Amino acid sequence: MRPFSYLRPTAVSDAVSALMAEPGAQVLAGGTNLVDLMKYDVTHPTAVIDINDLPLRMIETGENGEMRLGALTTNAEVAHDPAVTDMLPLLSSAILAGASPQLRNAATTGGNLLQRTRCYYFYDPATPCNKREPGTGCSAIGGVNRIHAILGASETCIATHPSDMCVALAALDTTVEVAGPEGSREIPFLAFHRLPGAHPERDNTLQPGEIVVAVRVAGGRFARHHSYLKLRDRLSYAFALVSAAAALDIEEGRILDVRVALGGVAHKPWRDPLAEAEVAGQPATRQTFEALADRLLAGAKGQGGNDFKIPMARKAIVRALAQAAAGTSQIQAEKRVR
Amino acid sequence: MAQTTPDTGRLIGFPLARIDGPKKVTGTAPYAAEHHPQGCLHGFVTTATIGRGRITRLDLADAAAVPGVVKIYTHENRPRTAWWDRSWKDEVALPGHPFRPLENDRILFDGQPVALVIAETFEAARDAAALIRVSYAAEEPTTDLSAARQDAYVPKQKRNGIAPPPPPRGEPQAAYDRAPHRISAEYWLEGEHHNPMELFGSTVIYEGEGRLTVHDKTQGSQNVQGYLCGIFELQPENVRVYNYFVGGAFGSGLRPGHQVFLATLAALDLRRSVKLELSRQEMFYMRWRPATVQSVKMAADAEGHLVAILHDAIAATSVHEDYQETVVNWSGLAYRCDNVQLSYELAAMNVSTPGDMRAPGAATGFVALECAIDELSYAVGLDPLEMRVLNFVHVDQNEDLQLTSKALHACYREGAARFGWAQRSPKPRSMRDGQDLIGWGMATGIWEATLTQATARARLSKGGKVAVSAAASDIGTGTWTVLAQVGADAFGVLPQQVTVEIGDSSLPKTSVEGGSWTAASTGSAVQAAARAVQATLLRHARTMPGSPLAELSVEQTAIRGGRLVMEINDQAGVALDDILDAAGLSFIEEEAEVAPDAAQAKTFVSYTHSGIFVEVRIDDEVGVIRVSRVVIAVAAGRILNPKTARSQILGGVVMGIGMALHEEGMTDHRLGRIMNHNLAEYHIPAHADIADIDVIFVEEHDAMASPLGVKGLGEIGIVGVAAAVANAIYHATGTRVRHFPITIDKVLFAKEAAE
Amino acid sequence: MLHGPARTTSPTVPVMLTINGKRHDLNLAPFVTLLDLLRGPLTLTGTKKGCDHGQCGACTVLIDGQRINSCLKLAVSLNGAQITTIEGLGTPENLHPLQKAFVEHDAYQCGYCTPGQICSAAGLLAEGHARSREEIRELMSGNLCRCGAYTNIADAIEDVMAATSRSNQPEAAE
Repeated sequence: MRPFSYLRPTAVSDAVSALMAEPGAQVLAGGTNLVDLMKYDVTHPTAVIDINDLPLRMIETGENGEMRLGALTTNAEVAHDPAVTDMLPLLSSAILAGASPQLRNAATTGGNLLQRTRCYYFYDPATPCNKREPGTGCSAIGGVNRIHAILGASETCIATHPSDMCVALAALDTTVEVAGPEGSREIPFLAFHRLPGAHPERDNTLQPGEIVVAVRVAGGRFARHHSYLKLRDRLSYAFALVSAAAALDIEEGRILDVRVALGGVAHKPWRDPLAEAEVAGQPATRQTFEALADRLLAGAKGQGGNDFKIPMARKAIVRALAQAAAGTSQIQAEKRVR
Repeated sequence: MAQTTPDTGRLIGFPLARIDGPKKVTGTAPYAAEHHPQGCLHGFVTTATIGRGRITRLDLADAAAVPGVVKIYTHENRPRTAWWDRSWKDEVALPGHPFRPLENDRILFDGQPVALVIAETFEAARDAAALIRVSYAAEEPTTDLSAARQDAYVPKQKRNGIAPPPPPRGEPQAAYDRAPHRISAEYWLEGEHHNPMELFGSTVIYEGEGRLTVHDKTQGSQNVQGYLCGIFELQPENVRVYNYFVGGAFGSGLRPGHQVFLATLAALDLRRSVKLELSRQEMFYMRWRPATVQSVKMAADAEGHLVAILHDAIAATSVHEDYQETVVNWSGLAYRCDNVQLSYELAAMNVSTPGDMRAPGAATGFVALECAIDELSYAVGLDPLEMRVLNFVHVDQNEDLQLTSKALHACYREGAARFGWAQRSPKPRSMRDGQDLIGWGMATGIWEATLTQATARARLSKGGKVAVSAAASDIGTGTWTVLAQVGADAFGVLPQQVTVEIGDSSLPKTSVEGGSWTAASTGSAVQAAARAVQATLLRHARTMPGSPLAELSVEQTAIRGGRLVMEINDQAGVALDDILDAAGLSFIEEEAEVAPDAAQAKTFVSYTHSGIFVEVRIDDEVGVIRVSRVVIAVAAGRILNPKTARSQILGGVVMGIGMALHEEGMTDHRLGRIMNHNLAEYHIPAHADIADIDVIFVEEHDAMASPLGVKGLGEIGIVGVAAAVANAIYHATGTRVRHFPITIDKVLFAKEAAE
Repeated sequence: MLHGPARTTSPTVPVMLTINGKRHDLNLAPFVTLLDLLRGPLTLTGTKKGCDHGQCGACTVLIDGQRINSCLKLAVSLNGAQITTIEGLGTPENLHPLQKAFVEHDAYQCGYCTPGQICSAAGLLAEGHARSREEIRELMSGNLCRCGAYTNIADAIEDVMAATSRSNQPEAAE
């Protein structure tokens, strides 16, 4: 780690000021990603703003069923919260598919939104990487790219967002609350993460000095028909090769609303609301699911080492939707695919 | 309720809980980097980031400016060490030039150490190491076996202890060509990395006057002692090496690692104690199981008798050493076959030198052999188990030697019965449970049962206290415990009355802990030393007035209940304390040595055997693979401790499942760099991957394998496991995957291809 | 311009930690992880370093009762925390039930991942989310064991879990 100063503000406004005061400052919450990256010398903040004393550790349920998860709630607190398992079981399931119990005890909601890619080259300062050092090139293109993107990649970056939680949040109706030097604002979840384009160094649309305060999720809508299916290289404690969060509103066998978000395939949790809208009114059958999967993957492009992700994603989408339709959502401790 | 305390006299074969267990579970067992000498300095290594070339410039300014940095070592300021290669060769060195860290500006492989930072704190060393900037003149590295195989060669100098392939026998090609049933296939195994949980580390304590106490993560304290003395021109009496507790090694600690070299270099130069713990990333640049490509042609007659086996292997090695292991020879001895042709070649690449990893060679060779015979069994139309039984052989046809024992039939029989093999539906893709395809596969495993030269000391003190000692190691194998059992058994006391001393280079000489030979060799040496103590006791007892033992030879005596007695009559005897008193001694101590029987070796050879039965469940749509059941039956002679023995086998099976499904170093061949050099992306099996594993030890008596009748268990557990998993996957899916590890994508595409 | 907490420019930060019941008042550089603090200056080497990056679980300790990877925690961020390491669970003479079960079931081989496994298992029992063997396996998956003692670890935890639930059961009504 490079030398850094350590601050521990107690008010959100102080944290924002501290971030604004030092351009090299970064926020520390659970530490599971930032400390990891600092030790690998991937990132070197000049100041670490420890926000653990901010009053952002809460789970609240609004009267309309909307749930508000403070940025500092841990993954474990969210996943096991009775209101969450009741109203947002898809979110709970996705969280439990990720990392390990120890990491989930430390990692936070805000931190999960901000976690960096697991691209081998991003993590290895010995190799060029546009995300780590803009302009140096993308080593993953033409390199070892088993875990890389098949959708929305650019010529400068083919990294993927590694979160499970965010895939569920993308499928649900989620809003991110942020605080910044200009005050507070809200970012629709699908606009929070970004595609790499020419600026892969930017993972999201946060502006300088902004911090995540909470996420709000509409609860209860897909509590019955949902599933989070994660395919990976071992049965637990591994990042997704491909994951699919599926949620359905079905009435008399017909789809009223459908949501499919994909993990492990793009620089952000991948969703295509237009494709989903076209499925409304159609029967909740395998045929419909396959057509939707094909539509979602229409622009998919492999990089050699990850070509398998295209058929794998197709199968994952279809299966997750079938599980959601049948009301037999994947249980993460159960390794048999339901 | 199982009995947890044994009776005296029934100690061998008792499932004694590890005597070092309470220390391990309370965190009070000290591993190599867990010693705290006064004023200890800390090291951290900077590694090369190119696969081949030269260092052109080292910029150390920023690193040296980090507060707390004491000194930075590079090839430009490295203190003098021995010049001749022979001084660098450890006990298990390979043909070629041993790697010398910080020797010169040449980069032979990615990850090679290029600088060592020594600082007052760990953090200062770590953070300074990241600030060292190295400029290189890079050359194109060779790390891709599929390309390097074109230049494969037969190693000029054979590795000590590793038999090259035997000459061909019969008419392999002709027999193959005219056989009614034939298969021909190529099997790929990607490189694997040992990744024991403990990082490689050393604490080198500078005792003054050029004397060193070294705690090192190694499988041989005496090997490290000899290595350090050779390189630094030190006197053995001034260097004492300990390895009380070793946090796993699996072969990676057989040869001294660069951590102990670098820590010692700095300690001698600075005249300070130094601790150096490597990073997990660095452990990917140490020893590894080499990537290997194997082609097998195998043929059978109409009934399924093997008529030809042709097995060729090409394995990776480094550019500076010819690492060799026994990969193909197994194909000439596992089954009866009169037409056999085997070859083994190396492909030199810009990689760190491979090293022995759990059942080196066999784990690799049996992947090809046991998949090939499985493939052939389908071609013939025989049940895979029947195919193996049909081709059973009672001799080693390679060497024309008899076997000291081979209870493999019992392994097949008992394993199959426990597994329920008889209920297997022969056709692939014919067993399912809902969405799950079910596959049942099996394989045979064989490993050498070796006795090596070993010395041990036994001491009997007044009050029935026993101490046994040898420079052996416990790398998780249970050495502490089984030596206590052997010592207690010999003196008729309880294990808690036995003090075991191991993990110290000053103790009686043994080999490195490897090859599954420690229990057999050191155990037998302890028994021999105890026997020598008994002889001395008898010598004194015979001269005691009115001694009932006066006319007896040592074979006619036994130690029971604190007395030296007549073997056939416990009533006639003398109390041990009385013998010591009469002789005016407070203790008797003897040393004894065991060694392989050269005369016996002309006629006999010993192997351990196993039959492995595996069930996999594979989701028919998305390809998720689960190894849902494993039954492994092992014939390994006498089992000293069923509890620790079972653990050895469990561990082998788990690593075999990793070999089958998970483990793979992924190299960017443009850079020559392993990219998944961490435990997040180099997957070893996790809890969720491992269902229950059923271990059976079949009855096998073998007085020739070793004096104790023990054959060794450290490696047999992995041999054949990956093949059994692959064979089960074939049975489940109907598609053969021949490229290991068999990851989810390969199963997915195999299924696509089959449809 | 900062309000509230003064900016810490000094190279060290005062931290108070209670480790295994003992209070430690420390002045630490902010880049010191809890793991390195334990294993280095405090010589509590029962907590192991297996990867230093949250990928193996060997460094698992209990922080305020929750199992956490100590390698990813800056010690300065834990001011006021109660930390229990393997040394705080039991001693060779007075083993914690999990430690005892690990010895009985041979739920280790080399022993290096063992303290992390046991601390993790203690956290698992306290969490109460594991009811089946399958759930034990899933919820222990953050602790790698290269020796492959998983089957025995599951046995040991199941034993202690069963004993705990037995002792927690109310007296039968009839």
